[in-house]
Amino acid sequence: MTNTSIDRKSPARSEGIILLEEMIRIRSFEEKCAELYTREKIRGFLHLSVGQEAVAAGVTPTLDARDAIVATYREHGHALARGISPRAIMAEMFGKREGCSRGRGGSMHLFDAATRFYGGNAIVGGGLPIAVGLALADRMLHRPQVTACFFGEGAIAEGVFHESLNLAALWRLPVLFCCENNLYAMGTALDRSQSEIDLCRKAASFKVPTRSVDGMDVEAVAEAARETVALVREGGGPHFLECRTYRFRAHSMFDPELYRTKTEVETWKRRDPIALQSARLRDRGEIDDALVGELGREIAAEIEDAVAFAEAGSWEPVEELTRFVYAEGS
Amino acid sequence: MTFGTATAIGTRRTTYRGAIREALREALARDDRVFLMGEDVGRYGGCFAVSQGLLEEFGPERVRDTPLSESAFVGAGIGAALGGMRPIVEIMTVNFSLLALDQIVNNAATLCHMSGGQFPVPLVIRMTTGAGRQLAAQHSHSLEGWYAHVPGLKILTPGTLEDARGMLWPALEDPDPVLIFEHGGLYGMEGELALDTGAVSIDRAAIRRPGEDVTLIAFGGMLGPALTAAERLESDGIGAEVVDLRRLRPLDETTILDSVQRTRRAVVIDEGWRSGGISAEILSRIVEGAFYDLDAPPRRVCSAEVPMPYARHLEQAALPQVEGIVSATRDLMARHG
Repeated sequence: MTNTSIDRKSPARSEGIILLEEMIRIRSFEEKCAELYTREKIRGFLHLSVGQEAVAAGVTPTLDARDAIVATYREHGHALARGISPRAIMAEMFGKREGCSRGRGGSMHLFDAATRFYGGNAIVGGGLPIAVGLALADRMLHRPQVTACFFGEGAIAEGVFHESLNLAALWRLPVLFCCENNLYAMGTALDRSQSEIDLCRKAASFKVPTRSVDGMDVEAVAEAARETVALVREGGGPHFLECRTYRFRAHSMFDPELYRTKTEVETWKRRDPIALQSARLRDRGEIDDALVGELGREIAAEIEDAVAFAEAGSWEPVEELTRFVYAEGS
Repeated sequence: MTFGTATAIGTRRTTYRGAIREALREALARDDRVFLMGEDVGRYGGCFAVSQGLLEEFGPERVRDTPLSESAFVGAGIGAALGGMRPIVEIMTVNFSLLALDQIVNNAATLCHMSGGQFPVPLVIRMTTGAGRQLAAQHSHSLEGWYAHVPGLKILTPGTLEDARGMLWPALEDPDPVLIFEHGGLYGMEGELALDTGAVSIDRAAIRRPGEDVTLIAFGGMLGPALTAAERLESDGIGAEVVDLRRLRPLDETTILDSVQRTRRAVVIDEGWRSGGISAEILSRIVEGAFYDLDAPPRRVCSAEVPMPYARHLEQAALPQVEGIVSATRDLMARHG
């Protein structure tokens, strides 16, 4: 099983182009997933991050290979940006044995030991204390590593968010708490569920340093993440990075979107992170139509290859149903 | 690995509490990856004084006091285990473990399977369980049977000094999450323990008392009453075999069925509630595996189905008692298949 792909980032391309490329990869991958969902190749819950790509694409590359990631059930982008191969991810979506979780996790539970990708957690806030523990292990074993923990603003309503930030701050653990504030916890708007909607103030109450960034601007996200990760790695304790973003598509494939207006969605779409970055790179003269076309073709080929790989994959024999309930050999 | 039986080396007097403390001390001394974390485990010395002296001996990095944040420190234990440590998380009592149920059931129990075997969770969680000390409904639960419902977890219930001393190390060596339920009523239990007592095997149930006429199946805090009941039955001429389950998941069905097939009668004693409890599971296994060997319908002695009351007479009436075990067994012996 090859979960980790080779470094596909061409050295000739600038950082700005690489960020754009990653966002296009994530969006194309997820648009393909939506199509495969309607064709019933992918089942279960499928949560797309379309509109939010700048967060995964901007934050993830600022981490080292030795660092750890804990993500949520909307984590295709983080998994791709981390370098888990699109083949292994797509095969997981199909439920195939070649998937990065051997078909036992699905869309919401992508895992990869090789890249220290600890899921894919489908309980809102459930991954936060795991990130605290990973960082605790790093501290106790004197490893200069960072754990990046992604979660939505919905997690802030969970008690475990407050418990985890307090514990990380109390013990000054190297955790980057990265909040993807897309304004909606499924269908519940932030201002309908929180008395204080300034999320940084909540984190600051635990003496956790905070920063808020435009989550639709991938370069701003990358810059903020790079600086924040450095502070965490230098022993500055946990940091809270809020990325203000927006989900363009429904919460999941079952969501009729009765809770927000089309106008609101259209307004945010004008700040599409891919369009913004493309325009910026054109202004800087870093890309032209030819390069954009080339990127699109490369990524499309990569995704077609992933789909073909998933299609050709095998089903875990039913005789192996109860494997991995406990560690093998135990 | 040595197994806990009296040897020529001699014995010393200790308690259940002291035996667990010794096991903790040994684990901390033996493996740098081991650390103890929980509410009041350090400066206070443990709510039940189990970890007294360990902070002084091993320091605050390895004997970590936590805030009252069960979900976060259990989750942190999971993360630390994934990160290469061997955490021992102490939850003050099983009642408070409900505040960490999400982490235990949704994360610790699932990560290995959900990740296709990539992320086993070598975590040990210790907690106090049981009633009998007039602590009322929110401090008297016996929910180990509940936890035994969940695949991915392993459930240990030490009911003897040897197991209190010896179960921790194999639990730490286990690559999967192991929950150890220490009965609150047993911490003061005194007895002799061989000087060289160390780790015990956690693979099998144990026959604590042989007998030919009936099998009494118990664990944890109910082992003592089951043994006392067996002595009383002896004077009636009834030979009761006492099986100590020791581990509720995976359940050692072989030992249970072997015994019941010999004695042809079974009584299960459980401090948990009867409905949907571990006693129901054990009875089902007996019926499924030894139906035609039974001379009479198997019986159960469980706690009354009430939240545990405070008043002593009510609490005692709610809990399984020796008299109840004896009379249920006598009643069973009077029946014929």
